[in-house]
Amino acid sequence: MDITLKVNGSSHSVPVDPRMSLLDLLRERLGLIGAKKGCDHGQCGACTVLIDGRRANSCLALAVATDGSEIVTVEGLMDGDELHPLQAAFIEHDAFQCGYCTPGQLCSAMGMLGEPGPSAITGDLREDPGLTPEEIRERMSGNLCRCGAYVNIVSAIAEVAP
Amino acid sequence: MKLFEYTRAGSAADAVRSFGPGTMYLGGGTNLVDLMRLGVAEPDRLVDVGKLPLDAIEEAGGRLRVGAAVRNSDLAAHPLVRSRYPMLARAVLSGASGQVRNMATTAGNLLQRTRCPYFQDVTRPCNKRQPGSGCPAIEGDHTNLAILGTSHACVATHPSDLAVALAALEAEVHVTGPGGDKIVPMPGLHRLPGDAPERDTVLEEGDLITAVELPAPPPGASLYRKVRERASFAFALVSIAAVLDVRDGTVAGCRIALGGVAHAPWRAEHAEQVLVGGPATGEAFRTAAEAELERARPLPRNDFKVPLARNLIVRTLEELAP
Repeated sequence: MDITLKVNGSSHSVPVDPRMSLLDLLRERLGLIGAKKGCDHGQCGACTVLIDGRRANSCLALAVATDGSEIVTVEGLMDGDELHPLQAAFIEHDAFQCGYCTPGQLCSAMGMLGEPGPSAITGDLREDPGLTPEEIRERMSGNLCRCGAYVNIVSAIAEVAP
Repeated sequence: MKLFEYTRAGSAADAVRSFGPGTMYLGGGTNLVDLMRLGVAEPDRLVDVGKLPLDAIEEAGGRLRVGAAVRNSDLAAHPLVRSRYPMLARAVLSGASGQVRNMATTAGNLLQRTRCPYFQDVTRPCNKRQPGSGCPAIEGDHTNLAILGTSHACVATHPSDLAVALAALEAEVHVTGPGGDKIVPMPGLHRLPGDAPERDTVLEEGDLITAVELPAPPPGASLYRKVRERASFAFALVSIAAVLDVRDGTVAGCRIALGGVAHAPWRAEHAEQVLVGGPATGEAFRTAAEAELERARPLPRNDFKVPLARNLIVRTLEELAP
């Protein structure tokens, strides 16, 4: 089947096997190897990209089902040669995991910054809570890894959070 | 993954019309794609219903109609859900991760399949995956599995948090299918395993959930609470959706639904009966919880769920009591 996607601002028309995940399409067909294949079961978050502006696990999305969507991967966060403020904050705060998880952490943080509403730990559901360190931790809990930089990820995101 | 044919439905009617043998509906895919990758689900054909125009949340006559394709994140963030059905918002937010909630749909959440490790492992027998093949969980690792309503054939739990809240809110599930339209009340959509654990729900082949309708919120205070092995992104060991209406110290109304304990969201009707008309005291809450959990048939390694469920019921009702 042929599908058409806009990825990091460029249009691509590609034939796909219906079994192909969006993650495999990005990595194997488009050469965008920023998103990583970690668990391939939606449990680790290393494959997180933005689909139509919302963070999602690209391993769980069938490529055919994303036909017509706009995708942003970690490669698309930069503006020309300029790092996104979130990327700069990750460097500033030494927020890197081993490199396998960081692209997913960055895309997840991008998506999270644009998500309104409460989280599981928000006290009053009627209010939109500020992005306190606790809120950031809860909202980033879809990105799992066993490295030790989590604390710095929270401070990097907090710097960029409104 | 086995090769399959993929089509995208243009409407609910179109989806039902194109349903045939070996067909499965695809919503957000967060569970089905994973099961296909594991070899647990092997459809010949997927009909994608995830982008049908069933993604609105609308209020009508004091009721709230949630379209089947509404994403979990949109459901939890909706102002009317947050203000009028906070228990529902909390249940949805307690499930999965931000990424998964952005993909997962309302109907797909209800129809997700058990996370019993034997069901997910195609190298092992499982009565739910392959009827009649046996249940190694009963003699094996059943730590996270069911304590109520189990059968000799299956001890799996239903993993949804949303379903537990909907069981307490007595939501209606709107369905269209080859046999026409119908409304299935919650609880009642999900069934206990009995001799046919392969059937999770009362839906027939080709039935498609189009919406979930919430009646006006019941009077009283409500709470959804989930106990799990880590603070986030984990399924429930036991969860509770509770509504308690106390007037002059007497329980005028009470609804308790439990998650993580059965093949379906478990409405604790015995506990409710014990409570209604009686005093809203810690002692009464304990008596009610014990009346319900008398029915528990835990296995050796999940018997901790009985006191866990009891304490969760008592503590939650104590918090809800004025």
